[in-house]
Amino acid sequence: MKDLTLTTMIAVFEEIFGTGLFWTMVAAAVLITVAYIYVLIRDRSMSMQKFLLAQLSMPFGAVAAVVFVQMMTNSGFSDIGGPIDIIVLLGVAALGAVGLAVLVYTIQSLMRPPSR
Amino acid sequence: MTDANFETSRRMFLGLAASGLAATVAASRAMAAAPVKTSARVVIIGAGAGGTALVNRLVDRLEGAKITILDPSKEHLYQPGLSLVAAGLKPASYTQSKTTDWLSGDIEYINEAAAGIDPETRTVTTAGGQKIGYDFLVVAPGLVLDNDAIEGFSLDLIGSNGIGALYAGPDYAARTWQAAQKFTEDGGVGIFTRPATEMKCAGAPLKHTFLIDDIARTTGNAGKTNIIYAANNNSLFGVPIVSEKVRMLFDNRGITPAYSHVLKSIEPGKRLATFDTPDGDAELEYDYLHVIPPQRAPDVIRQSGLSWSDKWIGQGWVEVDKQTLRHLRYPEIFALGDVAGVPKGKTAASVKWQVPVVEDHLVAAIEGREGTALYNGYTSCPLITRVGRAMLIEFDYNNNLTPSFPGIIAPLEELWISWLMKEVALKATYNAMLRGKA
Repeated sequence: MKDLTLTTMIAVFEEIFGTGLFWTMVAAAVLITVAYIYVLIRDRSMSMQKFLLAQLSMPFGAVAAVVFVQMMTNSGFSDIGGPIDIIVLLGVAALGAVGLAVLVYTIQSLMRPPSR
Repeated sequence: MTDANFETSRRMFLGLAASGLAATVAASRAMAAAPVKTSARVVIIGAGAGGTALVNRLVDRLEGAKITILDPSKEHLYQPGLSLVAAGLKPASYTQSKTTDWLSGDIEYINEAAAGIDPETRTVTTAGGQKIGYDFLVVAPGLVLDNDAIEGFSLDLIGSNGIGALYAGPDYAARTWQAAQKFTEDGGVGIFTRPATEMKCAGAPLKHTFLIDDIARTTGNAGKTNIIYAANNNSLFGVPIVSEKVRMLFDNRGITPAYSHVLKSIEPGKRLATFDTPDGDAELEYDYLHVIPPQRAPDVIRQSGLSWSDKWIGQGWVEVDKQTLRHLRYPEIFALGDVAGVPKGKTAASVKWQVPVVEDHLVAAIEGREGTALYNGYTSCPLITRVGRAMLIEFDYNNNLTPSFPGIIAPLEELWISWLMKEVALKATYNAMLRGKA
């Protein structure tokens, strides 16, 4: 790739998803991250009970992310051809798992704040 | 914990986020250089990948220039998508958009072909008879498919009679799939050809071969098909190391190479194809035949005296320096894309590398200095080997492999990630390039 800069990457992602959807997704990701950091700062501690549920949701996030990628493309598990493909697959799964865990934890914290 | 502490944290956090955002904005603004003030007249022939990408960069680089772009087609084609259309993986509409969708309002767009170029008086005449003077000219009209050069072949045959020709355009690519799909179901002899001239994307004939073989395989009909790849010379690809890899893949997949077999004529009624070979004519029967006709520069280029006179005789590619893409006899003329008389380089990936080079030399010439950017012949080909896998092959003028991700994405390995790039990221990158952003 020539000039693989942040602006190029943004331009490419805008084309993949469409400008509106891309920035909506970026906004959603930022919003969830900010909300997550907000509840961490607000509560001053992780609630292990909420974290447990978040952890339990991780496999679902991982599977959903992989299935999403395969559904959006003409490809499946049998197309894994080399080490980088396994890394990409695990990366997609990890993103899905962490993303969903953060979302589940944040939603719980926002809905049921700890009693002071 | 006190409330005061909490407030400090929140303020710090928000401050941090805001300063990060400000830094990003400042950095992206600093990258854009101040536009050059000029009254130069720049004419660009062709609003395909090259012409469109260049014009969208020039409007940011030049202030006050009169930029005119000519193209007879109202439709813009995403040509890298045609091989997917011809394998039934995407609809024809995947490759189609409007030419005007990609052009900004600050330029003049003339929906006509260039009918004449006079490099001495620096004038372009349009098909409608309009004369346009220029100070700088960029020729990027693409190439023409010489369908008549294959005796017995005509475009209306595509899709029936077991004939496919995916280069002919989106609808023809879709009809190619009709013929190819029938072959993957009924089986028989499939012959996949390529011309002996320079051609756009020399990987596409191989992709079509691999895809149709793979689809026949997954539909359970591999035993019924006999696939022959008719190469134009003694290799399967211009880059020796890639040619060897393809030879091994063919061997593994049971695809038979027929070296130095150049398609000359067809008899659709008899399903008989005649090839020019070193040992004279050879006739082969087929159930599916993929035709790629010889390719040449458009007539307007060949008649304007801009072509090489001692290279690629009869093909008419523009005589340019292979590193600067500047005409060797008329320094105010540049060539971009398929029409440029350089080895290799007839792909959208080449265009992506060529556009900044032409931009640099053009803007430098307007400023009265010499440009410094050089094109090294870079070309990229996500060589699809089956639905779901491809090899990300990148190379230069010297047949060196030039991987973008060395040690991470192996160029000669059939990988899922290379397929994902082709299917997901390539069109997006292409569109970003058209907008002048990549």
